[in-house]
Amino acid sequence: MSDPFFPVLVLFAFAAVVVLALLFIAQTVGPKRMTAVKADPFESGNPPQGDARIRFPVHFYLVAMLFLIFDLEVVFLYPWAVSFRRLGVFGLVEMGIFLLIVVIGFIYAWKKGALDLD
Amino acid sequence: MAADYVALLPAAQMLVAAIVVLVLDLFTPADEKGVLVWTSLAGLALSAWVALRFRGAEGAFGNTLLLDGFAVFFILVFAVVAALTILMSVQYVRESGIREGEFYVLILLSAVGMIIMASANDLILFFIGLETMSIAVYVLAGMWRSRAESAESAMKYFLIGAFATGFFLYGIALIYGATGSTHLDRIAEALGGPQAALLLTAGVFLVLVGLAFKVAAAPFHFWVPDVYDGAPTPVTAFMAVAVKAAAFAGWARIFLHQWEPLRDEWTPAVKALAILTMTLGNVLAVTQSSVKRMLAYSSIAHAGYLMIALVAGGEVGAQALLFYVVSYAAMTLGAFAVVAALKADDREGAAYADFAGLGYRKPFLAMAMSLFMLSLAGFPPLAGFTGKFYLFRAAVAAGHTDLAVIGVLNSLVSVFYYLRVILMMYMQEGGVEAKSFRGAPYLYAAVGFTAVATVYLGILPTGALYASLGAIASLR
Repeated sequence: MSDPFFPVLVLFAFAAVVVLALLFIAQTVGPKRMTAVKADPFESGNPPQGDARIRFPVHFYLVAMLFLIFDLEVVFLYPWAVSFRRLGVFGLVEMGIFLLIVVIGFIYAWKKGALDLD
Repeated sequence: MAADYVALLPAAQMLVAAIVVLVLDLFTPADEKGVLVWTSLAGLALSAWVALRFRGAEGAFGNTLLLDGFAVFFILVFAVVAALTILMSVQYVRESGIREGEFYVLILLSAVGMIIMASANDLILFFIGLETMSIAVYVLAGMWRSRAESAESAMKYFLIGAFATGFFLYGIALIYGATGSTHLDRIAEALGGPQAALLLTAGVFLVLVGLAFKVAAAPFHFWVPDVYDGAPTPVTAFMAVAVKAAAFAGWARIFLHQWEPLRDEWTPAVKALAILTMTLGNVLAVTQSSVKRMLAYSSIAHAGYLMIALVAGGEVGAQALLFYVVSYAAMTLGAFAVVAALKADDREGAAYADFAGLGYRKPFLAMAMSLFMLSLAGFPPLAGFTGKFYLFRAAVAAGHTDLAVIGVLNSLVSVFYYLRVILMMYMQEGGVEAKSFRGAPYLYAAVGFTAVATVYLGILPTGALYASLGAIASLR
């Protein structure tokens, strides 16, 4: 009883009981009227069109990856900008090295034709 | 502040080399890629030199990254192994349509990760090194894109690697919970005081499992045959030698050195793993019909031998471990280099049948292969014998005579499948006529170097033994 984490255990137990109870009640008490519309796959309220498995250019994948890399780069710049004064020249140099590596990655992607959109 | 970064220099230098090769690759025409090979080799040499030059430098980032003799020893091993891998892959890569520049860059990048693993004195930093190494090697395994097995190999390796990473990270988390730090020095201090024993034990065992996956110890070995078989042969050699060496470097620093006080807890587990790994690797290797697969199982078996040294522990055990890593590197790299030399245009020439009559077609390759096979089996006076001698001696000295006996029995089993290769090469007629071997100077250089090293380490092991001892001594 003296364990400080005992309330957490109680909380977990309570959460589990509530979830199970709700699932059980919905399963047993709730009416089930299946209609054609309900059985359709959900497409944000629009009538579903065609198959979900369509071919699309692999280029989207490439663009997504490049986006991730350069997006993360910018995200890394923010904490540096916040503590720019405290980090001083040291932080500037570190950031310079980081940006240099990312720019080399950019040059690489460019030369390899990852940015040609056709 | 400047002195704080000296210990990082070898890794940083390797990274710079990788970037230089990457950029150079963009601006060299297809028929002048040879310059990339030399640039990579120069980068590796420079990294090794930097490591030697600044050995014993002050630890970086609050002593989480060390450049002690132990780290330098392994940096040299990684540099030489990476250089030999590059040498043996030049021809291979060109013939199978693998992108040459990226191949070398990835080898260098994974070497960066390995250097960090060998130098790390902090579990999180070690993990970063592990991931840097692994991600590069996942890609390397899938580099032969027109071959389905290569893609399969990369996928399996990636999934299993991610799984193993989970174990490792969870172990770190539990250890942090028990001791309040990921810094190995702090953890070692906390081991003396009061602690959450169960949490700590669980953490230690999870880290153990994570590393066991990386060195392919049974029962965490099941991915090895497919992954090693599917990957391009030079990459297989790199995985079997460098990745294993890096994991054992971590194992030695973390378990043998820092967690020595916990020895009673993890020794029985490692002992069981060692016995299982040796036996399974050797017995399953017997039934293989492909030399490459046989070598994959043999690398499992050798991981088992290496774990004997972990069980033995102490200075003698650690010395035997380091020495065996070096001898294992020489003979395994050589064996894989010969397999790489037999590659046909569209497939690997790695079946036993492909070796038939090799003794008459290519006497040099066959002689070198015989040397590697005998050494792997543990015949004197080759590196494998000397290495095993010190391993078993360490085991007996530490009172684990049973382990030594099992090790020797396993070596006997291994003689069968290693000698089968030699039998094929000299006692069988031509068999499948492999394509004419175009002159591959780089590959022959790698085979020659490893063959000389195998003999040298067997006859004159003193230099390497002293180097190992020095590396161990610097851990204190």
